[in-house]
Amino acid sequence: MVSGLINANPVVYEKKERRQRPASIPDADEYSAEAIDQLEVFDHVRDIKDPEHPYSLEELKVISEDAIEVDDRRSYVSCFRVTFTPTVEHCSMATVIGLCLRVKLMRSLPSRYKVDIRVAPGTHATEAAVNKQLNDKERIAAALENPNLVDMVDECLAPSYA
Amino acid sequence: MAEASQFNRHIESYVDVSRSSAQQGASLDAIISLLKNDVVTIALLVRDMDMYLTTADNVIRARGILLLGETLMQLHSKPLENSTVHSLITFFTDRLADWRALRGAVVGCLALIRRKSFGVVSADDAVAVARSYVQHLQVQSLAQHDRKLCFELLECLLERHSHVVTSVQDHDFVYGILAAIDGEKDPQCLMLTFHIVELLVKAYPHSSGPVSSYISDIFSILGCYFPIHFTHPTTEGTDVTKDDLSTALMMAFAATPLFEPFAVPLLLEKLSSSLPSAKVDSLKSLNYCATKYGTDRMGKHAKAIWSSLKDTTYATGPEPPSSFSLDSQDAMENEIPTEAFGLLEKMTSLDNGPFVSLITSDEDINTVFNTISSYNSYDKIPLHNKRRLLVIGHILYVSAQSSVSSCQKIVECFLPRLMEGLELSLDSTSSHLCNSNGNGVLSRRTNFGSLYLSIELLKACRDLRISKEDLVCRINSQNDTWCCLLQRVCGPLSETFSSFLEKNEPANDDYLCLAVKGLQVLALLPGGNLLISNSTFEVILGKLVSVVLEDSNKIYLWRLALKALVDIGRFIENFDEVDKEMRYINVVVEKFAHLVSSTEFDLPLRLKLEALSNVGRSSLKYMIRILLKLEEVITTNLIAIYVEGNITLAKTTSQLLECYSTELIPWMQSNEGSEEMLLRFADSIWKTIESLPLTVCVNNKELLDAMIKVMKLAVACCGVESQNLIVNKAYSAFSSITSFPIPLEEFKLTQEIDKLSNRDDLVLSLFASVVIGLHPQAEVPNLRSIAHVFRGFFLKGNVIAAQAYGSMVNKLNPKSSVTETLEVFTLEQAIDMIFSKDSLDSSDDAITGLAWIGKGLLMRGHERVKDIVMLLLKCLLEYGKTSSLPLKQYSSDNCHEANECFPSVAESAADAFQILVRDSDLCLNREFHAMVRPLYKQRFFSIMMPLLESLIVNSESPLSRCLVYRAFGHVISETPLVAILNDAKKLVSLLVNGMSMLSNYASEKDGLYSLLLVLSGILTDNTGQEAVIENAHIIVNCLVQLIGYPHRMLVRETAIQCLTAMSQLPYTKIYPRRIQVLQAVSKALDDPKRVVRQEAVKCRQAWASIA
Repeated sequence: MVSGLINANPVVYEKKERRQRPASIPDADEYSAEAIDQLEVFDHVRDIKDPEHPYSLEELKVISEDAIEVDDRRSYVSCFRVTFTPTVEHCSMATVIGLCLRVKLMRSLPSRYKVDIRVAPGTHATEAAVNKQLNDKERIAAALENPNLVDMVDECLAPSYA
Repeated sequence: MAEASQFNRHIESYVDVSRSSAQQGASLDAIISLLKNDVVTIALLVRDMDMYLTTADNVIRARGILLLGETLMQLHSKPLENSTVHSLITFFTDRLADWRALRGAVVGCLALIRRKSFGVVSADDAVAVARSYVQHLQVQSLAQHDRKLCFELLECLLERHSHVVTSVQDHDFVYGILAAIDGEKDPQCLMLTFHIVELLVKAYPHSSGPVSSYISDIFSILGCYFPIHFTHPTTEGTDVTKDDLSTALMMAFAATPLFEPFAVPLLLEKLSSSLPSAKVDSLKSLNYCATKYGTDRMGKHAKAIWSSLKDTTYATGPEPPSSFSLDSQDAMENEIPTEAFGLLEKMTSLDNGPFVSLITSDEDINTVFNTISSYNSYDKIPLHNKRRLLVIGHILYVSAQSSVSSCQKIVECFLPRLMEGLELSLDSTSSHLCNSNGNGVLSRRTNFGSLYLSIELLKACRDLRISKEDLVCRINSQNDTWCCLLQRVCGPLSETFSSFLEKNEPANDDYLCLAVKGLQVLALLPGGNLLISNSTFEVILGKLVSVVLEDSNKIYLWRLALKALVDIGRFIENFDEVDKEMRYINVVVEKFAHLVSSTEFDLPLRLKLEALSNVGRSSLKYMIRILLKLEEVITTNLIAIYVEGNITLAKTTSQLLECYSTELIPWMQSNEGSEEMLLRFADSIWKTIESLPLTVCVNNKELLDAMIKVMKLAVACCGVESQNLIVNKAYSAFSSITSFPIPLEEFKLTQEIDKLSNRDDLVLSLFASVVIGLHPQAEVPNLRSIAHVFRGFFLKGNVIAAQAYGSMVNKLNPKSSVTETLEVFTLEQAIDMIFSKDSLDSSDDAITGLAWIGKGLLMRGHERVKDIVMLLLKCLLEYGKTSSLPLKQYSSDNCHEANECFPSVAESAADAFQILVRDSDLCLNREFHAMVRPLYKQRFFSIMMPLLESLIVNSESPLSRCLVYRAFGHVISETPLVAILNDAKKLVSLLVNGMSMLSNYASEKDGLYSLLLVLSGILTDNTGQEAVIENAHIIVNCLVQLIGYPHRMLVRETAIQCLTAMSQLPYTKIYPRRIQVLQAVSKALDDPKRVVRQEAVKCRQAWASIA
């Protein structure tokens, strides 16, 4: 591993204020359902820590609320598309970030959801390769067999469970 | 001898560096306790330690000396002989030279010098210590803890023996101190350093003292710390904060006026920095130093201070509101302007000449004065001018109200110019406005800025504390022009302000608010009618009242005017202005009181009552008038409603009663002297009731509830004497007008009650509410028959009668029967009466009533509550069993039908337990003087648990078991957690079974939730966890089942939270359950509710990570 950081001095943005959802009246809609929407998915991933800096993905604008799309067209399986933006083009951490997103959503969303994770077009040197790797469940499963990677992912995910 | 050897062993153990610090600490404690108890003496200790104190081995010597030092530190209050102290201090003084064993020596010196009595260090010895300190100690090169000790020693020396500074020859003591403190960085040491400097310079305040030649050096060391920038978190063992450091540094700066040439320029320079905290610190320090340095020294810097202050206030002043009517400029939440104005106030109050003339001759202020007169409305003023206007207004206000002389100068300088701008004549011969010719009151020349500034000036005069006599003499002496000026200005100004409020002159909102504020300030000017004549005062009040009466659509203005009136009322009350008070009562109070009954103004009743209660609360005198009027209106309304059947008044009257009970009674409770009014009120209500005809056709629930509430509260707020009067009155009314005879015969009762008229119902309810509010000491006439009546009614299902009966049994004095007349009805008899006939009518309300009576008994700790409980349980089981309806299990389609599967009597018997234990605000609480035995809930809990437990086990039908669980839920959820934790082991399995049982019924969601809360309380408590560990598997099973509970989100959420908490239990207990929990929680990830999903994510992670 090369010593030194890939992006030594990233731009840190301010966190957006958490959008408050209107408080639901407790008894009136006890049985009504609240669908999983893009804000909820964003809430799951916004606090994931960057693998090399002590900032959250939200603060580095690697991920934003607009980058999450819901696809409800097919009724039997719902699909989310999560697009993230690495801080620099040659970021070798892109796959790790993608893996973190994948693992976190795997653990947080019901199994009937399909999640599509991609790098934003034109923001990464090896975009196609990263996309392919992140959406290949064999390779994800293989990555999670690697104890070093699992440790790294768990460390990044820790703040998002707080 | 044994002790001596033990003693030596302790010494060895302490000196031995290979021992752990805990062992060393223990041996030190042992040595100290031996010394404290006089088993060994200091001399013996020193003799025994001989070798350790003088050995050539550095480490052991250091430990030995430290032991001696620490021992002395702990023995600060043990008497020692002077000679001992002398030889010890000489030893330690010498040892200061021994840098290898320094800490012990410093600790020893410190311990001895700190001694306040029973052997203190002599002056000569102190000098020797100081000399040795300067000669041998290189403080800067020591570690942090040693430095801290050295500084403490120095601080102590200066505090106790300030003469050492001169006694150590050649001033090199001061120099030594400076060398020691220079460049210190540790916050704790800095606190000491600042204090040392403060002590040092305070000891020699004169310019010829030994310190004076070092002043600039001292300041150059101190000055570089300003402003303190310290963002260290306080968690790391240091409890020093930035504020502590700033304050200590400020004290050091202000310690001597000799610092002035250095400090003030430095502070002014930092004031212009861009760091907000630096600004705040400089302003605070300047303010503090100004007091200490004195007028003369600060006078030199007046100009510089004024210009920086001006800049600061301009730059940081509040953002001007877009419309003046929305303003909240009184709220200065920003710290910088607050401090700046504080400094301004200090400066103007310090010197009476130069600083104020700086303000009066200031260019900027003059420019603003010249420009503002060209704008005649607030929104036309450009933004930066608005800001200047507000800031200058505040500057004038602050500087004028700080002292009489500054007020005089500022008013004399500015007021004439403002009047000129407004074209108001100051000519004393013509008292009229110049610009009021024709109808052009709002003439072209009326400008907002001048009015605003005049109000600020008047406000300053109002807040200036000046005695009336002083003011009179100033006005009479004529040579104080400002007072005369004020006197002449007030009339015209009030006319101007009033003219804005004229209906036919629609001025804009900014002017309206300004006018209300202006009138308020004018009305509050001190000095009786000297400044404001009585007729003007009346006009002002009239204007404000008309705003309140007519302008309710502009709610901001309305509130402002009401607040102005309330403030004026309070002011009159405080300053005892008899003349004005009369006028206030005539103009304001009478008019407002009249409001309630009149329909003249279309003010909503809610606002009318708000105005009324606010004015009333400003003084008892006004309150009395308002109460009298309110009472009159209420009684007339009641007659209109009940006699003439005018049902339309019912809503208004209940609002009036509501206002009486929620707004006025709480105020009367906290103010002396209003009990009479309450008594009067209760009396007149009863008089009205008495005059009602036999047939009352109106039966309005809302009105009746309001009357019950007000009657209960009114009675409860009275003293025992008044209560006796009320209850007698009520009783005579009650017995004379009810259609059934009192005392009535037992057998007639049931028949009589059946033909109860509306009026009887009303009278009974009111009488019951009187009884509910009574003190235990109050005497109820003819107790026995009243009890009979109440009992009869409660058996018929009248809940308020039951509450009254419950209050009676709660408050009856059990011993009174013995000594007093035979007629006194005893507690035992009352209770016997309940059980005398087994004819308890099994309607729901009767059971509820029984619960109230039980509550009365329970709260006083009477054992007969058991009988009531047994009766309730009997009802519960009997009716639960005989239910003919089949038990319906939950399914999502018939959840509504599921509600009906319980017979209502059994259900109300189960709910009766809730009434028994839950605090109520209807009756039987502290407010209504209930007798409450401490820990009654715990006691009830311990009585009930075995009973309920056996019932649960033995009950045959699932239905009655479910009801018993419901009762169990009520009892346990109201019991304090501490009591539950004691029995946690037994309760956990009960709780879990109860929850599984209740989760089958949709109607039991409340009960289920309260049980779950109890379980979560046990789970999160340390003592409860033991019980949880034993039952982990059944708890997990139950919680997993609850994750899918469809009827209440909170149940699912709490169940998942409990599971999350359980993941902290010992690994061996929970690991077998892991798969089960993970599967269940994964399902919850798809829960319809978002909150549940979020909890599920956390819970899943917690359980996934235990592997």
